[in-house]
Amino acid sequence: MSVLIDNNTKAIFQGFTGSQATMHAEQCIDYGTNIIGGVTPGKGGQEHLNKPVFDSVKDACAFDEIDTSVIFVPAKFTKSAILEAAENGINLIICITEGVPVLDMIEVTNILKSFPGTRLVGPNCPGVISPGKSKLGIMPASIHKEGSVGIVSRSGTLTYEAVKQTSDVGLGQSTCIGIGGDPVNGTSFIDCLKMFENDNQTESIVMVGEIGGTAEEEAAEYIKSNISKPVISYIAGVTAPKGKRMGHAGAIISGGKGTAQDKFKALESAGVRVVTDLNLIGSKLKELL
Amino acid sequence: MNLHEFQAKEFFELYDLPVSKRSIITKKEDIKSAFSAIDSSKGCVAKVQAHTGGRGKVGGVKVCKTIHEVELFVEKWLGKNIITIQTGDLGLPVNILSLEELTDISREIYFSLVVDRGEKAISLIVSEAGGMNIEEVAEETPEKILKAKLDENFELENTEIMKISDLLNFNEKQKDQFKTIVEGSAKLFKEKDLSLLEINPLVVMANGDLLCLDAKINVDENALFRQEEIELKRDSTQEDSREYEAKVNDLSYVSLEGNIGCMVNGAGLAMGTMDTIKLYDGEPANFLDVGGTATKERVSKALELILSDKKVKGILVNIFGGIVRCDLIAQGIIDAVEEIKVSIPMVIRLQGNKADEGKRLLNESGLNIIGEDSLQEASKKIVNLVK
Repeated sequence: MSVLIDNNTKAIFQGFTGSQATMHAEQCIDYGTNIIGGVTPGKGGQEHLNKPVFDSVKDACAFDEIDTSVIFVPAKFTKSAILEAAENGINLIICITEGVPVLDMIEVTNILKSFPGTRLVGPNCPGVISPGKSKLGIMPASIHKEGSVGIVSRSGTLTYEAVKQTSDVGLGQSTCIGIGGDPVNGTSFIDCLKMFENDNQTESIVMVGEIGGTAEEEAAEYIKSNISKPVISYIAGVTAPKGKRMGHAGAIISGGKGTAQDKFKALESAGVRVVTDLNLIGSKLKELL
Repeated sequence: MNLHEFQAKEFFELYDLPVSKRSIITKKEDIKSAFSAIDSSKGCVAKVQAHTGGRGKVGGVKVCKTIHEVELFVEKWLGKNIITIQTGDLGLPVNILSLEELTDISREIYFSLVVDRGEKAISLIVSEAGGMNIEEVAEETPEKILKAKLDENFELENTEIMKISDLLNFNEKQKDQFKTIVEGSAKLFKEKDLSLLEINPLVVMANGDLLCLDAKINVDENALFRQEEIELKRDSTQEDSREYEAKVNDLSYVSLEGNIGCMVNGAGLAMGTMDTIKLYDGEPANFLDVGGTATKERVSKALELILSDKKVKGILVNIFGGIVRCDLIAQGIIDAVEEIKVSIPMVIRLQGNKADEGKRLLNESGLNIIGEDSLQEASKKIVNLVK
């Protein structure tokens, strides 16, 4: 079945005609994803990648029944782009843009509470792919393989490692969700774990975390009583020094909290198989099943 | 991005937060006018202005009774480096000192506003155990930490303010002052896109009034596009020169202690690569995220940065090609290595689209480069090469 996106997904790109959006939209279309078109204010009525361009999400929604939007607009316009999508009834908003101010995300979080039907994934994430069905994001299609592992991750290229390894050992993926590396984001590990638990295509789960915050610890607590499927986890940043931000705004050990060791401990006590060697995610998972 | 204490206090004043009167010294000639610009009849407090905590413990904050003592303090610090538990061995340069009026302290309180990820909100954290290391307080006596979440308008409800005031045993006058501080700091946090505002300590003076004795502000780097006046206050002398150079070039770099330089695309994978090196008994010299598109220009810049660290004895490059073709990345690396004449060994792991061609190009380049497609093998090789 897969989660979030599948063969029926109908998507648009916000910031459609920008160079990054163009490159990735093209790849998504090649993958067979049903991209209806995209939004670039002021370019409504034009064609781009043989798809219609709209001035607004509203115009796009009048043209077809859109359920998903992928956001590529610059960081300073991201807040309004997310809200525009939500106000027009988009169910799934996947925000690829990085560098969004944290106060903007707090405001977005507050406003999205009045749109219970809307889910935001990201920002600062690689997107979502259900291999063989639909790809909405910047991940390389070639490493994916339709299969049984649900993958959720805070990081982009690190997700690709997990994906490639699960493909190489023959398991493949049901859906891979990049939730993003920012301190305040839309979809959490727990949201994804819940979806994977309820999805019949997903037989096991890989959770890729990193230092900073307590999202992994909270996920561990949730797994203990709610997840019956096997979970394997890798946490990046064992060697990261305290107080230094490691690229992602969220990846910082502050106040002695959020170390990799804290997370290992919490996950292990929840029955999660913790892998300390990044290279062994696939083989350890195979062993576990 | 961090600000100096005196800069933070300038913002505090704009938002009605009580701070002591202060003056600034950037050269010896400033001492006289700085000393007389404040009420220094009974002396003053001299403070080193540097982006670090723990200044007091190493003599960077001192009560000076006379102008002569100020002169000695300036002699001791100006143009020197301050080394604290937070700065690392090299410390930070001291180019600015401040003088503040003396404060008669009767109680110290901890006060901060932070981005609360769990709540997806800004939270106020207050503790009666002020002046101390708040992490230790949280660890040892968590009951002494009070926390309250700001609402959707970035405000704290009056009942919450009153509740905290009661727990801190404030009298009516202090409650009013505390309310002004909570409201002003929350407004400052929102309007200036802060990611941290800390007052440690917030003091109750002998006369009963509240005063922000110290002030720390971090600004959200992602919001600097709309905070131009704050960007102008950046003191790049307080940032690691390589980290600053990286930032200017849109790379993300953090110095570490080891001897294996790392260049990786993606922050998570960069951390994972450091961890892998460590797992195979090596020591990473840095964190470096070269970004999604590893073009020749970016690779050159990144290599220059890594090589400017003289501890580096070998380099591990880990690129998960993804959509970008690995053979193109390999060529970019070869061009960059030839251009800046890298002489130490390099192991390059390429994975993804056209990885085999990339690897072949690297191995046939005639340079001191080894191409690999497994991170495990690549890590083992570089660890051995720097031994």
